[in-house]
Amino acid sequence: MTNAIFTGLMLGGMYALIAMGLTLQYGVARIMNLSYGEFLVAASFASYWLFTGWALNPLLGLAIVVPIGFGVSIILYRVLLTPLVRRAPTRDALEVDSLLATFGMMFIVQGIMLTMFGGAYFSYSFLSIPVTVFGETLALNRLIAFGLAVVFGLALYLALTRTRFGTAIRAVAVDPTAARLVAIDVTSVSAFAFALGGAMVAAAGVLVSMFLTFSASSGVIFTMKALMVVVMGGVGNLLGCLVAGLALGLSESLVATFVDPGLTLAVNFALFLGVLLVKPAGLFGRAQR
Amino acid sequence: MSPTQIAALAAGGAGLVVLALLPFYIDAYYLSLSISLLQFTVLATAWGLFSGPTRYVSLATTAFFGVGAYTVAVLGELLAWPLVLLIATAIGALMALIVGISTLRLSGLHFVIFTFGLAELVRQLVIWYEVNKTRVLGRYVFVDITQSDIYWQLLALAVAVFVIGWLIARSRLGFALRIIGEDETVAKHCGINVTLAKVTLFTISAVFITLVGAIMAPRWTYIEPSIAFNPTISFQVVIMALLGGAHRLWGPAVGSIPLTLLFEFLSTRFPATSTLIIGIVFLLIVYALPSGVVGLWERVSRRKPEPPVAPQVQA
Repeated sequence: MTNAIFTGLMLGGMYALIAMGLTLQYGVARIMNLSYGEFLVAASFASYWLFTGWALNPLLGLAIVVPIGFGVSIILYRVLLTPLVRRAPTRDALEVDSLLATFGMMFIVQGIMLTMFGGAYFSYSFLSIPVTVFGETLALNRLIAFGLAVVFGLALYLALTRTRFGTAIRAVAVDPTAARLVAIDVTSVSAFAFALGGAMVAAAGVLVSMFLTFSASSGVIFTMKALMVVVMGGVGNLLGCLVAGLALGLSESLVATFVDPGLTLAVNFALFLGVLLVKPAGLFGRAQR
Repeated sequence: MSPTQIAALAAGGAGLVVLALLPFYIDAYYLSLSISLLQFTVLATAWGLFSGPTRYVSLATTAFFGVGAYTVAVLGELLAWPLVLLIATAIGALMALIVGISTLRLSGLHFVIFTFGLAELVRQLVIWYEVNKTRVLGRYVFVDITQSDIYWQLLALAVAVFVIGWLIARSRLGFALRIIGEDETVAKHCGINVTLAKVTLFTISAVFITLVGAIMAPRWTYIEPSIAFNPTISFQVVIMALLGGAHRLWGPAVGSIPLTLLFEFLSTRFPATSTLIIGIVFLLIVYALPSGVVGLWERVSRRKPEPPVAPQVQA
């Protein structure tokens, strides 16, 4: 029982971290990114390549992969997504357009990875040392990943709530039109938020690669979990991300332990639908329009 | 009926006869290609039936297709063929009702997310059931259905989907859906039962997709969940409908023909990089042709008064 709860909390922490980047991309920049999981897996591959090819510690690899994630995302937003933002007459139209564009992107990134690495599963062994916490044995790499996830989440939360720029980001999330009235450059803030999301997903990819096996085509499942967490928690809300992520992780590990590991996805969906039927805007979301 | 409409009907009828006689004159390779063409035409048109007017992007094509195929895998040898198709229809409709009722009351976004995961969910449930209850994973399909039979069934289904789509567009339901697509709030204020309209059409569209899956199943001799619930089908159908233009009944069919040929070519010539190339094609379509070939054609010929459009019963 304790073991199941521990595993669930760790898993939930990971889900929350994965979803935080998406909540920035979707909540602020209004880009519903279906290629999100592919970018996560790409970061995992980068970490794998750095570790096996250059013997670079994944924790140091973070310092390389995360800025690249930021840079790639900002280029992507400027080149590919800005035309869509300009073209879209309304927010809803942008959502549909960005959804389709990133759906295409998902296949491109996946195709590139398939060409480079093939369809096989990859993993590497880094710090897989058993440690005992509260009488339960856990792998050190998972603990470190969880700890870093907490640090990243906290840093992001503080940056968004305590700094002037963070406040601007939140203002754009709430109302882009009104944000323009108080002299916020909505386009560049959106681009920055999208890129910040890209940096978060790169970090998540590196951390996940330390303890999970991954393949070129495993991105979809990450996208799906991240989307569920984001929508369940309330779009653009970090605290919602955390709570929804933990709920998802806990439910998954409890079901895997006590019912059947084959039913985890079904439980995820049941939870997702259950929450949305009661609160259509998500746990911490404001009712829209 | 005006003379042009009669002429169009006559041309459609003649085209249909030619298509129906096709299996007698072409070899196995072209027959299999024609089956692919018909398959994607029906899938894309059925997808467009719902997603075109309502603008709800459904990514669940594979889920329904797979359910149809898997129903045949389980029941194909036990029951008569029409009965199998009937059961597949019922299962597909039931699933569409459940999904529709639980998600279509929510916003379009939630619907997209749910349909995005639906195929994976159904696949996992099927695997779980097979492993734990029946203890078989993967089934052989031995039914007495030839390639030509598959072709004719698909042709009949194509005719059905066009006729039904045409009838819906002319009915109160079709009108209601167009209003929903324009503005859902306005539709509600007009007294339209928005959820009922959406769920009804989603179910109709899903039944066609399920039937395609069921009809196509005998093409494989061996079916397991990862074959039946192949995620690229959802993707291919969306891109075809978009290329053609989902806002017209015959738009998706226009898109399905060149893209089926392209996919066929890619998978034989560049199997390793086909995913990448398909993704690029998709992006090009989204950026360059936001309302599809049909939309482009309509923009170009806007100055002329639009002639009354008869349904083109054509594959």
